[in-house]
Amino acid sequence: MAAEPARREWTRPTAFYNHWVKYAVYLVIAFFLLWSLWDMRISVARMARGWDQAAGLLVSMIPPELTPRKRELLVEGMVESVAMAVVATVIGVVVSLPVAFMAAENVAPKPVYAAGRGLITVSRAFHELIVAIIVVKAVGFGALAGVLALSFKTIGFFAKLLAEEIEDIDAGQVDAIQATGANQLQTLLFGVVPQVLPRIVGLTIYRWDINIRHSTIVGIVGAGGIGATLLNSFDKYDYDFSLTIILAIVAVVIVGEIVSAVVRRRVQ
Amino acid sequence: MLSVTELAKTYASGERALRGVSLDVGGNEIVAVIGPSGAGKSTFIRCINRLTEPTGGNVELDGVEVTTQSGAELRETRRDMGMIFQEFNLVERLTVMENVLSGRLGYVSTWDALRRKFSGEDIARAYEVLELVGLSGHENDRADELSGGQRQRVGIARAVLQRPKILLVDEPTSSLDPETSRAVMDLLTTIATDDDIPVLINIHEVSLAEEYADRIVGLRDGEKVFEGTPADLDEAVRDRIYRGTDVDQESATGAGSGPDEGAVAEDPDPEDESDGDAGGEVDDVVTDGEIRRG
Repeated sequence: MAAEPARREWTRPTAFYNHWVKYAVYLVIAFFLLWSLWDMRISVARMARGWDQAAGLLVSMIPPELTPRKRELLVEGMVESVAMAVVATVIGVVVSLPVAFMAAENVAPKPVYAAGRGLITVSRAFHELIVAIIVVKAVGFGALAGVLALSFKTIGFFAKLLAEEIEDIDAGQVDAIQATGANQLQTLLFGVVPQVLPRIVGLTIYRWDINIRHSTIVGIVGAGGIGATLLNSFDKYDYDFSLTIILAIVAVVIVGEIVSAVVRRRVQ
Repeated sequence: MLSVTELAKTYASGERALRGVSLDVGGNEIVAVIGPSGAGKSTFIRCINRLTEPTGGNVELDGVEVTTQSGAELRETRRDMGMIFQEFNLVERLTVMENVLSGRLGYVSTWDALRRKFSGEDIARAYEVLELVGLSGHENDRADELSGGQRQRVGIARAVLQRPKILLVDEPTSSLDPETSRAVMDLLTTIATDDDIPVLINIHEVSLAEEYADRIVGLRDGEKVFEGTPADLDEAVRDRIYRGTDVDQESATGAGSGPDEGAVAEDPDPEDESDGDAGGEVDDVVTDGEIRRG
């Protein structure tokens, strides 16, 4: 074999077509970033002014206010938020269960699968605030709108994750149940559901925790709960109370997350 | 009486797992199907109760054509065929009792199944069968708490509770140690005699087949290359089944140094077998959609 000349150069192959393309792509990205900044008129002076205002707001918030009258408002709003979260979780999960089975490729026929996935995609397409705005238009202000919006969003989350879990089950256990002569529904109940039950419980708790967080925010567009109270306090320049509400939300969310984490660790 | 004629299966991948296998099983005989990994043993058993859909040939149970059945008819046929699996296939998170009683699912309404409401007769029988398989007192254990041998006994109890007309057994001992394997084989023999039903069993260990079977069938590359009594299973036949060679070729290549029984039995790799079959199953689930059809 003829000795090849020693090759002393090596460059890492680029993920792009070639190096020219690579630099062209970088250039386009840099240009787009600069254009976006220019388009939004973000300037150093504007940022400095914003900083001053933020500092002023913060100062006017301290100390947080908690008179008996305000406490009543706070508790009322918070209880409504938590209640919305619980109801929305229950409704959402009940609706999600059949959707999840529809959206699992290994248990649903193709057309049903497509329908299930479609439902999930629609639910995931919009932010909860967008959904809440639409629902408020439809059913008016208040907790009902919040419950509907959160229930709807629960479907996209819960059904999607559960469907993926169903697709991962051990097919052997399903085979065995089918081999006994069980019908379709019995096969689901005995062969599939026991395999995903811990996940159903875990996801429900997880979604409850997420719904608590979201229920504090949908009030801002009029869908009930503590969010409405918060918006109100801002509108009235009642910043001391705003801070109280924000701290209360943080506390409730943290408690929800702790409960959720503990329960899920126990179940799964 | 199970009568299989020219059963064939070609997977979507183009793999021809079965190329026309015929076999009759009846009375209370034990028929062992032996053969190397990938010979089509599992496919053969699964095509009989149509967990895998055959692509050719016929299966008849007591004169009733099975391959054309669907819906309720097929479910009724499946009730009459108890199946026991290599990996036990218990529903891991259910109790032993629920697993055993699931053998009666073909006879109870879905609503009763949901509420775990089985007839007193079924429950009494379940206790009886649990005692038969040596698992009395374990009825409230969860299936995933049991050892391999105990799990396979639950699998057997589940199949027996169906009061089947035949037992289809797919590699019942591959996941078990030798001693437990023998206990399981003893149990299957007892059931065949007591319930007076035939047992069709895929098995890796040739020694177990020789000891327990009334009749042995050899599969190779999806074809039946041998059928006879254990006594007929001589060295030449084994070579034909496991090496695809005649004795002459064997000695010509100098490889015929006479592997003993143990070597032949241990030779096939159980991993290969289950992997190959799993591939087929997945194909089936995705393309044919067993659940939605049933």
